Amino acid sequence: MKEYQTITEVSGPLVYVETDEPIGYDEIVEIETPSGEVKRGQVLETAEDYVAIQVFEGTEGVGQDASVRFLGETLKLPVTEDLLGRVLDGSGNPIDGGPDIVPDERRSIVGAAINPTAREYPEEFIQTGISAIDGMNTLVRGQKLPIFSASGLPHSELALQIARQASVPEDVADEGEETEFAVVFAGMGITQEEANEFMDDFERTGALERSVVFLNLADDPAVERTVTPRMALTTAEYLAFEEGYHVLTVLTDMTNYCEALREIGAAREEVPGRRGYPGYMYTDLAQLYERAGRLQGEDGSVTQIPILTMPGDDDTHPIPDLTGYITEGQIMLGRELNSQGVEPPIDVLPSLSRLMDDGIGEGVTRADHSGVSDQLFASYAEGKDLRDLVNIVGREALDERDNKVLDFAEAFEEQFVDQGFHTNRDIEDTLDIAWDILSILPKNELSRIDEEFIEEHYAGGESETADDAEEAEA
Amino acid sequence: MSQTDTVTDTGEIASVSGPVVTATGLDAQMNDVVYVGDEGLMGEVIEIEGETTTIQVYEETSGISPGQPVENTGEPLTVDLGPGVLDTIYDGVQRPLDVLEDEMGAFLDRGVDSPGIDLEASWDFSPTVSVGDTVEPGDVVGTVPETVSIEHKVLVPPDFEGGEVVEVNEGEHTVTEPIVVLDNGEEVTMHQEWPVRQARPSEEKFTPTEPLITGQRVQDGLFPIAKGGTAAIPGPFGSGKTVTQQQLAKWSDADIVVYIGCGERGNEMTEVIEDFPDLTDPKSGNPLMARTTLIANTSNMPVAARESCIYTGITIAEFYRDMGYDVALMADSTSRWAEAMREISSRLEEMPGEGGYPAYLAARLAQFYERAGRFETLRGDEGSVSVVGAVSPPGGDFSEPVTQNTLRIVKTFWALDADLAESRHFPSINWTESYSLYKDQLDPWFEDNVAADWPEERQWAVDVLDEEDELQEIVQLVGRDALPDDQRLTLDVARYLREAFLQQDAFHDVDTFSPPEKTYEILTAIHTYNDEAFAALEAGAPIEEITSIDAAPRLNRIATQEEYEEYVEELEEEITEQLQALY
Repeated sequence: MKEYQTITEVSGPLVYVETDEPIGYDEIVEIETPSGEVKRGQVLETAEDYVAIQVFEGTEGVGQDASVRFLGETLKLPVTEDLLGRVLDGSGNPIDGGPDIVPDERRSIVGAAINPTAREYPEEFIQTGISAIDGMNTLVRGQKLPIFSASGLPHSELALQIARQASVPEDVADEGEETEFAVVFAGMGITQEEANEFMDDFERTGALERSVVFLNLADDPAVERTVTPRMALTTAEYLAFEEGYHVLTVLTDMTNYCEALREIGAAREEVPGRRGYPGYMYTDLAQLYERAGRLQGEDGSVTQIPILTMPGDDDTHPIPDLTGYITEGQIMLGRELNSQGVEPPIDVLPSLSRLMDDGIGEGVTRADHSGVSDQLFASYAEGKDLRDLVNIVGREALDERDNKVLDFAEAFEEQFVDQGFHTNRDIEDTLDIAWDILSILPKNELSRIDEEFIEEHYAGGESETADDAEEAEA
Repeated sequence: MSQTDTVTDTGEIASVSGPVVTATGLDAQMNDVVYVGDEGLMGEVIEIEGETTTIQVYEETSGISPGQPVENTGEPLTVDLGPGVLDTIYDGVQRPLDVLEDEMGAFLDRGVDSPGIDLEASWDFSPTVSVGDTVEPGDVVGTVPETVSIEHKVLVPPDFEGGEVVEVNEGEHTVTEPIVVLDNGEEVTMHQEWPVRQARPSEEKFTPTEPLITGQRVQDGLFPIAKGGTAAIPGPFGSGKTVTQQQLAKWSDADIVVYIGCGERGNEMTEVIEDFPDLTDPKSGNPLMARTTLIANTSNMPVAARESCIYTGITIAEFYRDMGYDVALMADSTSRWAEAMREISSRLEEMPGEGGYPAYLAARLAQFYERAGRFETLRGDEGSVSVVGAVSPPGGDFSEPVTQNTLRIVKTFWALDADLAESRHFPSINWTESYSLYKDQLDPWFEDNVAADWPEERQWAVDVLDEEDELQEIVQLVGRDALPDDQRLTLDVARYLREAFLQQDAFHDVDTFSPPEKTYEILTAIHTYNDEAFAALEAGAPIEEITSIDAAPRLNRIATQEEYEEYVEELEEEITEQLQALY
């Protein structure tokens, strides 16, 4: 292997090297500083006589006297089932003091796209035990459903609750199925404290044994963040499609990942796109988020829950915006609900699960699920609108019907959404609570639900008789 | 794609940066297809400057290094046309995805090329010409049963000269065998190639006068699109663009559907792939796939292939148009296509225009939509290509360049609205922002084929909805109870228009497709309620009693009735009866 001492320029995370042999695009590079420190990097651009390299560990200590080795292959991660229970740094090196990893295979971390004809459409209901998700934004195996959060909101608690409670009800799971759950967790630029929060919970609940943790902390090099999620997803794909696990992948915080992309783009003096983020950010994010799903003929699955914090609570910011266009919905946290003390503070109206329709209904959850969900959305939306009106004209100015809708909206937040981070409700409970609060509304207001289900589940007899009385008068 | 042709020249890679590769020593013309590197990755020439040729590569470039060879085919990017295009799923450069799966497994590897249609398969050719006939370019020489729904017409390619038929080979043949031979030596086969960036020729373009029936009430009823027309569906994420597009692909009354998933979700494409073969075409009763071609270039497939998939799709659409069919093309989403242009352009270090998009964005969009229309084909037949493009504006902001440049071209605008989607009003097409410029030219068709007062009924609905819009502003300030009775009644009628007419459940077996007759019936039923209710109000009945009759909420249930005629008739009677009982 040839060694070069021909660095011509060091700029931010980038190093330019003169070369006299062809170097492959995306190849891995080792840079050894005069003090003996070895840093790793990746080829970003290659031409006949020079190469641009992004250095994962930061360029401190790299000067023109450093030597550069090209390893002749793209970045690979050693994978094995034994990774379960291990804690690794953002570049895949163990940091838990455990034994070295003996790989079964070394896999390129740039995942290939799954052929859409080879995919299996995700439609297996995952019960998270959280009413606002199970009832109205149902998660299914193989889905990518991000949590859109903002600074100061408890997204970590929600992610942990999902990781703790996620299960597939027995009658939904395929017969004779014995595949296991595993969690792959990638922390990108999160603080030590946040990392501790996750690790403590994993250890307390015993989840660590079936987890693989990749940690790039806030004071770790930013460029490393661009490889951490790829390492995590490579592990997840291996566990799912080679070892047959159902893998839940939590990626947090995608905002830090995008900041790292912007940093590299700026260092390369690329033409910036919106708000300075690179124009290829959509493609780049898609290459991460699309690594979720199921394959025909394989038992395992990769389900993704990326977490991102929206700068300035703005969901039109490029990071949440591009994410929303790629992922199959989003779970939105609300600041207002949070300050009211609602746990988890899920704002259901802007939340969405695109894969919900095929994962619910008769034989899976319950026949009335779809109608109930639509009705909850419609009535809560109306209730929220009426609140604005109440602020102006007062509650007395509203008619009886509108007052009932307001009562419903309140009950919805207090009873349906605010269940606490440690309550695990099964889907029957969730739907029964939904009927309890829907019964605040008059029967004929439930236009989204089929009549037979109203007959079966509607609990409030009062409003019905009131209507009948009116009719009799007429 | 079958660029397995001869190599005209070989050069050497000079640099690699993502999907953009430069080569030296290559004698090439713009848009020539080249094979890059030792693995022979497919690419296209996009810039020539002195000795240096710039190439966009349709596959991952990891590990490719300078010094590796570049081979030029000397031909532009073309698609393979012929029987077998329908009922097939392609990637962005027309490689059949099932062939790719057989060759490289579940994950897409690179360096595999495959023709767009099976060159070995044989088809039963029935000639419609005999020896001695004279044929010209665009003429039909015979037919092939391509699928249960579609009879494939074999055309004399547009770039032939034409002449007298000297040989006709009836019966089973592969697509590459000559089936008709002309006196000048030209041999017509079932397989043809056509460069994707060049529109196929036609005789003339007409003004469209027939609607593309979509089976969606808000579209057919308020904002119709013509066969041969263009429409844009812009909307923020989660507003239902994809479902709206898929509904059109499923239920519109086109003969052929070309569905392009351009930079969209893998699971969504899988849904289409799994759903379509099970769905039946309401017109013919045959499987929907028998009239459909899918192009699936998901967001994580190479960006250059995303740029080309739109052209691949429209060229296939034009091919079936030339056979005299009405083709509907759905592109989801054109924003991803524009972004692919932007990404390539920025790698070329071109001077960016608005929003970082290249300055030629508007021109490319216009060229694409202009390939839609109702045409007289070369042989004097009629065919059409309707184009519906989804637009994904960043942050839902319609003032961004892709939306704006699209709106300057298309004549139908279905604006999706996040607020409607949040309250689960689907399809979330905003009725105040949307428009259709085809309304007037399509009205005669609706008058003749559905109901003579179709335009009046539509206008009535639009007026009520407009009035509601104004009243809502007042309600926001003073509350509904402060309004006079007649205005409160208008709000009530408008609510039924929204819930019973505009809303439509794509996931309900019956409601998913609403024929224009049913659309009309629902509208007139609400109109009946309106007229009777106002009559009751004038006669002195109290507003509370009028709006709480128990027949009225059943207007919301018409949509889900299979035997709707009877239901509507009874309901109208009951509404009339109950309202007249009030005074």
